[in-house]
Amino acid sequence: MSMALPLLELRGVNLSFAGNTVLDNVDFSVGRDVIVSLIGPNGAGKTSLFNCITGFYKPQSGSIKVDGHELMGLKPHKVTQAGIARTFQNVRLFQQMTVLENVMSGSHCRSRAGAISAILGLPSQRREEAAIRAHAIECLEFVGIADEMDRDATNLAYGHQRRVEIARALATRPKLLLLDEPAAGLNAGEKQDLLNLIGRIRDELAISVLLIEHDTGMVMKISERISVLDHGVIIAEGAPKEIQANPKVIEAYLGQDDGEDLL
Amino acid sequence: MAQPRSNAFNNIIAQFDEPWKRYAAFAVIVALLLIAPISLGPYATVILTNALLYVVLALGLNVVVGYAGLLDLGYAAFFAVGAYTVGILTHTFGLDFWLTLPFAVGAAMIAGVIIGTPTLRLRSDYLAIVTLGFGEIVRFSARNMEITGGASGISGIQQPWLFGWHINTPFEFYYVFVVLAIIAVIVSVRLQHSRLGRAWLYVRHDEDAAEAMGIDTVRVKLAAYVIGAIFGSISGAFFAVNLGAISPESFSFQQSVLILMAVILGGMGKIPGVILGAFIVVLAPELLRDLGEYRLLLFAVGLLLIMLFRPSGIWPVRGK
Amino acid sequence: MSVFDIFLQQLVNGLVLGSFYALVALGYTMIYGVVKLLNFAHGDVYMVGGFVGFLVLSVVAPMVGPGWTGVAVSMVVAMIAVGFLGVVIQRVAYQPMLNAPRLSILITALAVSLVLQNGVLTLTHGQYQPMGADLGFGGVNLGLLFISYNQMILVGTAAALMIALELFVSRTQYGRAMRAISIDKDMCRLMGINVTAVIAVTFFIGSALAAAAGTMAGAYYGSVWYFMGFLIGIKAFTAAVIGGIGSIPGAMLGGLILGLLESFGTQIPGIGSEWKDVFSFAVLILVLVLKPTGLLGKSEQERM
Repeated sequence: MSMALPLLELRGVNLSFAGNTVLDNVDFSVGRDVIVSLIGPNGAGKTSLFNCITGFYKPQSGSIKVDGHELMGLKPHKVTQAGIARTFQNVRLFQQMTVLENVMSGSHCRSRAGAISAILGLPSQRREEAAIRAHAIECLEFVGIADEMDRDATNLAYGHQRRVEIARALATRPKLLLLDEPAAGLNAGEKQDLLNLIGRIRDELAISVLLIEHDTGMVMKISERISVLDHGVIIAEGAPKEIQANPKVIEAYLGQDDGEDLL
Repeated sequence: MAQPRSNAFNNIIAQFDEPWKRYAAFAVIVALLLIAPISLGPYATVILTNALLYVVLALGLNVVVGYAGLLDLGYAAFFAVGAYTVGILTHTFGLDFWLTLPFAVGAAMIAGVIIGTPTLRLRSDYLAIVTLGFGEIVRFSARNMEITGGASGISGIQQPWLFGWHINTPFEFYYVFVVLAIIAVIVSVRLQHSRLGRAWLYVRHDEDAAEAMGIDTVRVKLAAYVIGAIFGSISGAFFAVNLGAISPESFSFQQSVLILMAVILGGMGKIPGVILGAFIVVLAPELLRDLGEYRLLLFAVGLLLIMLFRPSGIWPVRGK
Repeated sequence: MSVFDIFLQQLVNGLVLGSFYALVALGYTMIYGVVKLLNFAHGDVYMVGGFVGFLVLSVVAPMVGPGWTGVAVSMVVAMIAVGFLGVVIQRVAYQPMLNAPRLSILITALAVSLVLQNGVLTLTHGQYQPMGADLGFGGVNLGLLFISYNQMILVGTAAALMIALELFVSRTQYGRAMRAISIDKDMCRLMGINVTAVIAVTFFIGSALAAAAGTMAGAYYGSVWYFMGFLIGIKAFTAAVIGGIGSIPGAMLGGLILGLLESFGTQIPGIGSEWKDVFSFAVLILVLVLKPTGLLGKSEQERM
């Protein structure tokens, strides 16, 4: 039964701001152990869809379920606790804090020590602190920047800042990881490393990945399935080969300057 | 944030990077505090007691402003809640001071939750005004109610006994406040290096990113607000028995501003900076007696200059 | 007096009070509109306005008399002087903080407030300064109700200033730029609007309106002192929030509502004048918690 159920399922999601429709009756799902991409021209509503899933926007209607649990109306931190982690399009690390401290933030929702146990320095609190630290280091090792853990996070090279963000999301122990344009601003070598990392997240950690990405070459290489969003409507869904051949998709992309990217 | 500068002060601070040196410095400071009254005499002891009171208050407000980044302009309200709870329960109901302390803490927690729950989700500038309004409501209420003694307040508050020892001289109260300040420092350090302490910084630096990491930002802010309230209330409780008399004017907006200045001048979020700020706020007027009514103006100008030129406060930023 | 008498009298009192609140609230709302800053110092700008008016009146009273003519001259001078003070405050204290964290900006605004307050405290040794205005006690008796000429002039002046402001905002280039900036500052820069100049004009007008209120309050109530801006600052802010911060008609409406609420609120048995300020603060907290966008305000943009 639970195998038949998709990990993430959106039904009839509608979102509008001040009368402007951003998402129009979106149906969308992500299965288990898959890498899925969401593509579409600029302003199609991709990041808005992410924000609806993660609770930052409140859709006017529809249903968003993870593992069968309704997420609509939940605050972002509840969504994260339910097993969905995200990164941001424009990297948002905690400034003036170290890489390690940044990644430790991900463990917050999976730990419980409060003020009193901290003030008294109870053994349970000390154990938990050690565990949070150890888990953060593990996540940093997984993304390959553990040697930079004591540096100020915002002093890192841009590509490494993106990895800190991914490590931080992994530290929340998600079932599904949402990556918002993870390759933006990376060079060719870094993009290849990112491809490998995303593959390992799925293979080694058994976490599904949903990414928004403009680099269509990368999307075609890595995704099992691709959904195309245009003007708030899902216009196509399928395997990379099918998407490449879909006339609706080509038309949507030809409408804009970088249309040739897809072909 | 200001860049760390290489000056003499920074070099001195850098000497204390190793933990054992920090503990040694802490021990020396405590030792100096313990012998201070003997060498300085009664007047200076009273002033130092006041400085230590401000250390506790400023460390409490630092949790709210320095850690969680919430501008609280009515912090004196919690100071008043503690003072009046103890004043009323000991004086009017004849309870023992130590028995009233849990009530003072409980009252501050209730007040903190009542005012914090609906307001902490507001924008930061609205929150500042709401806390200011709350502070004034508490003061006006104390002035207008019978049980709080109206404008003249409550006097004749009994000084406490502790295991047969009657704490009733300025010297004895000085040592009580030394203990309180040490506890406040230890609690602040432990909170800062805890899961909750980190959560405050996450929320302060980027509320959306903190939410995305699964942190309940409203709850984390409420925790800061309530912990700050408890610090304020305990300070108020000991303030009441030390003076033996309290009146609404001790808990005015100016009082809140003075505590806030202590937090910001030294460097909000940095424990040594906040302690330094508390000492400046109390000792500067004593050292600059001739200035008389200029002192508040000087503080105000100092605060403005700090914000414009060194928003991280006097205490140096730790080099990375 | 019958209940109806009291009602009418409080209506007039509320209008007078509301005029003061509205004039000060306009400054909050205009400044908030263009720089998204809650100018904590605005109440103190009002106070400085009262003091400039007081000083000018003591100079001009021997020439034109201490009546409304003298007060009018003082008011105009105070408006100009304090308008420039507002521009200076913006340039010196707020301009450098444009990209600073919100907490730092708020503390800076608080610091400016404290500098003004304590500056005047030091100059006047904290004493009330009696304003040498002699406005007379004449008025119109409408049977049940007595309205003094002073009350009429006051409300009339406030209304005239507000109409002038409305014309400025809707008819002039600067006024339109002001509204455009409150919607999207960066876009205005791209469109070639001189944002810096518009911000300066906004601070000038907002501060001048507060100064007008300060001078009139000094003349009407008889004295000025360094702390007179504190309460009205908070109450005018409440008024601006009631009307919807950023909305100019909202500030006027909010001022009147708060003025009326306060003058009627103090008539409720058990509230009385000693609880008057508690009542205002309670209104403030309730409005902020229940309807932070106010009556005429636009709802806040969705997050992110």
